[in-house]
Amino acid sequence: MGNFAANEGLSIFVILVWLGINVFLFVNSYMAFLVDRYYYTRVILGHALSWARAPAACLNFNCLLILLPVCRNLLSFLRGSIQYCSRTAARQLDRNLTFHKLVAYMIALHTAIHIIAHLFNFERFMDSQIMINSSHLPYVLSQIGNNDNRSYLNPIRTNETNPTIVMFTTIAGLTGVVITLALILIITSSMEVIRRSYFEVFWFTHHLFIVFFIGLVAHGIGRIVRGQTVESVKVHDPVECHSKFETWGQNGTDCPEPIFAGNPPMTWKWVVCPMFLYVCERLVRFYRSQQKVVITKVVMHPSKTLELQMKKKGFKMEVGQYVFMQCPSISQLEWHPFTLTSAPEEDHLSVHIRIVGDWTQALYTACGGDKTVVLDAWTLPKMAVDGPFGTASEDVFRYEVVMLVGAGIGVTPFASVLKSVWYKHVQENKNVFTKKIYFYWLCPETQAFEWFADLLQSLERQMNEKELRDFLSYNIYLTRWKDAEAAHLRVQYEAEDDPITGLKQKTRYGKPNWDNEFSAIATQHPGSKVGVFLCGPTALATALGKQCMSHTESGTEFIFNKENF
Amino acid sequence: MGKIEWAMWANEQALAAGLIYATGGIVGVAGQFRGWQFAAFGIAAGVFVCLLEYPRSKRGKGTSVERTGQYCFTVCVKAFGPLTRNYYVRAFLHAALCVPGGFMLATVLGCVCLGIASLIYLSAAIHGEHWEPILPRTEPPKRVGNSIKEPPQNPPPRPPPELRRKKADKLETAAYDNPMSVTINE
Repeated sequence: MGNFAANEGLSIFVILVWLGINVFLFVNSYMAFLVDRYYYTRVILGHALSWARAPAACLNFNCLLILLPVCRNLLSFLRGSIQYCSRTAARQLDRNLTFHKLVAYMIALHTAIHIIAHLFNFERFMDSQIMINSSHLPYVLSQIGNNDNRSYLNPIRTNETNPTIVMFTTIAGLTGVVITLALILIITSSMEVIRRSYFEVFWFTHHLFIVFFIGLVAHGIGRIVRGQTVESVKVHDPVECHSKFETWGQNGTDCPEPIFAGNPPMTWKWVVCPMFLYVCERLVRFYRSQQKVVITKVVMHPSKTLELQMKKKGFKMEVGQYVFMQCPSISQLEWHPFTLTSAPEEDHLSVHIRIVGDWTQALYTACGGDKTVVLDAWTLPKMAVDGPFGTASEDVFRYEVVMLVGAGIGVTPFASVLKSVWYKHVQENKNVFTKKIYFYWLCPETQAFEWFADLLQSLERQMNEKELRDFLSYNIYLTRWKDAEAAHLRVQYEAEDDPITGLKQKTRYGKPNWDNEFSAIATQHPGSKVGVFLCGPTALATALGKQCMSHTESGTEFIFNKENF
Repeated sequence: MGKIEWAMWANEQALAAGLIYATGGIVGVAGQFRGWQFAAFGIAAGVFVCLLEYPRSKRGKGTSVERTGQYCFTVCVKAFGPLTRNYYVRAFLHAALCVPGGFMLATVLGCVCLGIASLIYLSAAIHGEHWEPILPRTEPPKRVGNSIKEPPQNPPPRPPPELRRKKADKLETAAYDNPMSVTINE
């Protein structure tokens, strides 16, 4: 269990604190409306009043939280500062999207409770206007304030209407409908199916959050939640006077007419700060994107991979970070994330882009992919780069022993890591903390990644020259192969270089036996912290996570880091 | 906006709308609100929409992800043939189902959401999309090559025996080499 705590402890703590605050706000708000000030409101509405106000408080809190995990630049900055204190805390910030989704679900839940409670509230307010009977307290209460239209209790002022009309003619009702619709559209377009396949629909619809926040702040302006004013309670005690409602305000009673007023809007106090932070975030992104980026080199790799080398003034990166790139000539609004494949020690930044969709195809054409003549530098499209943004790979060099697992396209961040490893060793005055790297590359076919195989080849050659053969141990696993290839491979078994990659290290077939691998590493490095870094599919992440937990025994600790986009 | 299949989003929206419609209806009926008959209709319509929308359609391009346990729903929906296949029918159906919801506060939200889903389905229909059931693929059993089971019925085509052996005096113009030497008089 200890290893579970090491891997998941902080996350669970954060979730529990968050849930605790939600529960506290809910209960606190519920009780706050059970006081005397709202006695008469409750006469009409019953507990539905509290059931509506309690989730409203939770909604305020969660709407505050929801903007924070998506302030990428703020999080990068925090990550940079925190990791000097605690690596674990910095890793928490990698899970920002998970937290964003959790908070979104909570908002949906509280919205549902809030709406259902208000359905009852509307109905009960309507009832008390319709049942015209002077000996019926709710009706009497509803008639208060008919003269000046200010000190009323019942927001429904006449009996010649119905709840639907009232909803569309009050600020609270109208903004409520608009923001709920915005929320529903945001949620349905954020479902995994839509997000993974039609990113643009997800991204554009998500901007309805602007409508959501404007409506949210405006929701309470009408002051529709009403209770007795404080001065009125002093002279008219509801507990004593409620049964004497037929004689209120008449000569000789000590129960003057009660006076009601609405509560001022509170939501803006909660959300103004995160809204400001988010606006700053978008401004920072815009500013960074305006910085000049020059494409210095375009390389076409086999299997539809495009490498772009660029220079941007003042650009600083760490290993394994990613950037968002935009090409205004292709699309003004689309920003796409790409992992950086260059090392921090190089003087340029490079990305390897696989041509899979509309945008990448257009980029390929714009960079002259389909032309055979060399293009002049000034004809290459202008690019905008936002970033770099931190990911788990930054932590690679903080571990003594490191396991890097890349599946398919997930091998890309490790290109940066390996290049950086090389540069660090070349500049021998650097004291490298990392002593051993185990690299696992799983791919269905090496075809799309010849460029990476080239990188490994050159690293292998250089390591041999520097007598550093034992520093990096890499294993390539081919998980799919054709029969014809298999026959060829059998014949070539005795060859010195691997027939597929040309590397000295032989390619293996099928999937690795993780149990054996982890056990072997644990035996070889007792008593050390082993960092396990994965960039790949969720199924593999679960498998590796389990292996980390089960192989973390006395001494050797496996800490799991997962990247995802 | 790329090659979006609108029906995918319309499906998510309609499913959510069905749930909201039904929930609003349940609240209206349970609370015995005025106009609860519309709420009762809302429950029925919401449940119907959920059942209709639960099975996802097969995508035109790319892998389709099924919802858990959707196979029996797929079979039911498929049984209605063109009524469920065509998205114009669905758009119109959702538009018609959503109207009664507008008469009562509890079902208004379901009404609007279903209306939006109807519009997205209309867009899908205009783009020529239609509903395809996701059925489990039956792999054709791997067959060993025909040649093993069925030896050739006919001998390979050959010229008649008289012409098969080249005349000795016509060796240069012959179509092929003789495997054995021939003499002039056979």
